[in-house]
Amino acid sequence: MSKTHVTTTINGTRTEFLCEANETLLTVLRDRLHLTGAKEGCGSGDCGACSVTLNGRLVASCLVLGVEAEGAEITTVEGMAEGGELHPLQQKFLDLAALQCGVCTPGILVAAKALLEKNPDPSEQEVRYWLAGNLCRCTGYDKIIKAVLAAAADLRGAA
Amino acid sequence: MALDEYEKRDFQVIGSRPVRPDGIDKVTGRALYGADAVLPGMLVGKVLRSPHPHARIRSIDTRAAAALNGVRAVVTGADFGEIRKGETRNVAENAMAFDHALYDGHAVAAVAATSEAVAREALKLIEVDYEVLPHVTEIAAAMAPGAPVVHAGFVEDSVPDGFSENVTARHEFGHGDLEAGFARADKVIARTLKTAATHQGYIEPNACLASMGPDGRGDLWCCTQGHYFVRQLCAEIMGIEESRLRVTASEIGGGFGGKTTVFVEPVALMLSKKAGAPVKLVMSRNEVFRASGPTVSSEIDVKIGMTRDGRITAAEAELRYQGGAFPNITVMFGAMAAFAAYDLGAVRTVGYNVLTNRPKQAAYRAPGAPMAIYAVESVVNELCEELGLDPLEVRLKNAARKGTKSSYGPTFNDIGLVATLEAAQAHPHYRAPLGPNQGRGLSCGFWFNFGGNTSVSLSVDMDGSVSVTEGNPDIGGSRASIAMMAAEELGIPFERVRAIVADTASLGHNDVTDGSRVTFAVGLATIKAARAAKKELCKRAAMMWGIDEEAVTWENGCAKPSGPNAGSFEPLPIEKIARKSPRTGGPIAGHHEVNAEGAGVSFGVHLCDVEVDPETGHTKILRYTIFQDAGKAIHPDYVEGQMQGGAVQGIGWALNEEYIYGKDGRLQNPGFLDYRIPVASDLPDIDTVILEIPNPGHPYGVRGVGETGIVPPLAAVSNAVSHAIGTRLYELPMSPPKILKAIREG
Repeated sequence: MSKTHVTTTINGTRTEFLCEANETLLTVLRDRLHLTGAKEGCGSGDCGACSVTLNGRLVASCLVLGVEAEGAEITTVEGMAEGGELHPLQQKFLDLAALQCGVCTPGILVAAKALLEKNPDPSEQEVRYWLAGNLCRCTGYDKIIKAVLAAAADLRGAA
Repeated sequence: MALDEYEKRDFQVIGSRPVRPDGIDKVTGRALYGADAVLPGMLVGKVLRSPHPHARIRSIDTRAAAALNGVRAVVTGADFGEIRKGETRNVAENAMAFDHALYDGHAVAAVAATSEAVAREALKLIEVDYEVLPHVTEIAAAMAPGAPVVHAGFVEDSVPDGFSENVTARHEFGHGDLEAGFARADKVIARTLKTAATHQGYIEPNACLASMGPDGRGDLWCCTQGHYFVRQLCAEIMGIEESRLRVTASEIGGGFGGKTTVFVEPVALMLSKKAGAPVKLVMSRNEVFRASGPTVSSEIDVKIGMTRDGRITAAEAELRYQGGAFPNITVMFGAMAAFAAYDLGAVRTVGYNVLTNRPKQAAYRAPGAPMAIYAVESVVNELCEELGLDPLEVRLKNAARKGTKSSYGPTFNDIGLVATLEAAQAHPHYRAPLGPNQGRGLSCGFWFNFGGNTSVSLSVDMDGSVSVTEGNPDIGGSRASIAMMAAEELGIPFERVRAIVADTASLGHNDVTDGSRVTFAVGLATIKAARAAKKELCKRAAMMWGIDEEAVTWENGCAKPSGPNAGSFEPLPIEKIARKSPRTGGPIAGHHEVNAEGAGVSFGVHLCDVEVDPETGHTKILRYTIFQDAGKAIHPDYVEGQMQGGAVQGIGWALNEEYIYGKDGRLQNPGFLDYRIPVASDLPDIDTVILEIPNPGHPYGVRGVGETGIVPPLAAVSNAVSHAIGTRLYELPMSPPKILKAIREG
């Protein structure tokens, strides 16, 4: 199988890779670019552990082909902290113990960031419905929802 | 019994809520899980699985697959031929079928190839000649005489005559005169209740990377709850000494008991051995559902007698569990746990294990207890309804307490059941008003908790900071709690302690992270290792001061002179003693090895409010409050986290989750779309109340908290649904069609 050359931007950095036509963006990120923050929990778009944004839109990277990244802007969990400075969502997840095993955490952080960019002041119900596509089996979601709401308040305060 | 460890004291670090040390890696994507490991020259492993629930494997032709360019190794059951006996043989046969495929999804062959695409292509070229056999996937059908025999040769002497060979074991517990007890009752209710098999549902699929050298030494990286046990199983299966295999536990993306054994690890090792190269093997979600361990499904008969004023006079239960095609003892735990919350004069439980053509069950959080206690707590509530009694009062009236002879034998020491019930009774939730179509349910929960074999090594580094080396994968925040206990004991800040999980070659044996044992047992060993280090630190300070070792005490991270002849010296902080250690005898460390006893049982009570939509049968959880005894909460956030996570798994079990088998014996819903675990929008806040009734078996009073939380939700939700719709369901999950049917039939 011949490979396709793709030029894209990942977390603000111009990136090139070769991939096969049937390779998912998740496989490219993890296996070709060694960005293993996105996780494969299901491979069918049901769990959200592989969430990234593609041109600002939240996607399950297991349902996107690598070749679709051509010319796109992609952000992953690795792009959330700026230098040594954690994103307020990351900080609140730490402060409020909103993670246990942590395997769903990258996807939830990316999804929550996408929410707060659209809606800086979500209700608890809006957060719960927005994150309904991100499965967490450890926490029962309680502390996750509280951390997202606290980060939203922080971000509003800083704005 | 080590029941005199506890000593009351004021804590500096324990009970605070510092940021967990592994947190930063987990919020930035740096944390490395099972599938994240890589090695140069690594191959991709893939497993071929049986589409049949039961078949004899006449032959497997792997020639075409082996000849495919890029394929480096092919293995089948023939490669695992000489496996000894007992559970290791079962684990091996489950990892790779020997001569029979025993369930839909059972591994029959595997390949290692240079790419995923080549590996997939190779699987298609393997030809398996199956003789399809009759199958059975349900408990009653499997128990019936004349049922297809799933897996011969496992029947224990305890099983009476007249059962199918699928019934492999019978367990019995109890005491007292049942007949007399039931005769004294004003009301006796007998019911049969059923629960479906559910999966642990960890988000990280099982994954490993194996590298076997030509000299028979190997390395294995995997996501597991117990890498020492992985080593033991894999070494036996590979026919090598344990010390030849080093196992390193990755970060683990959830386990809940499901990662206490091996599925793909021996296959990856065998492929690596044959290929002469490292092999990574990652299960797909479909494979996780079809071929890793779900928990058992159950059918339980419960009969309870009660007086008009709410005293239980006698209780009995027969539990029938199926856990797939291999024997297991989960039903024994169920039979032990069923009536643990009650102080009973006459009680008996009998459990039967049943083989079916389903995947080999694995532990799932308080294995065997949730379904048993669901059955009991449902019937207790029904009695309360029939007799017009308050269900909480009745539980208080019958509650097990210190000195109660438990239904499974031992007499309880200090336990927290009454305290949790009283906390629930006093809580505003218990008296909050309910609206139309709403109901409230409660249930008690229980888990035994284990201790077990534990090694901990603690070193005082040259700058006075401290490294704790432990051997239990951290599934719930244990590195935080272990580091906190070390800091507390040494009197130094939490930030100066780093706890790491060592590989199997770097520390003595540690039992699996299970039985809610880690904060208890590893904590206990850490405290004792710290005490050994403190003793050494005091000795070194004595040398520096030129006084007797006995004249030095440890306080707030410093050695201090004490006693009449100690003399007057400024306190010596840990960093000064550490820096001078090369001149006072060398490095300073402490270690402790123990087979910990005195784990201390754990009780909890859950309150649940629901609203049932009478048109759709959909149940919404409106409010949920957990009361649980933690003995002592080391890091309260993660105690709450265990309670909340367990409760939500139990809510899923009560309402949505189930393994659904078709008539063809195949699993119908092996994916997260059709096997629906709770999502954020299904739930309200999960409120928690931590009780602290110190466990006498731990220096700080700790009890394990990991498992009890999954036990009460099944009956708490079911009792709430019954309250809301005015009729009772006897089967989980209470999916909307079943609730609608119950409403219509009244």
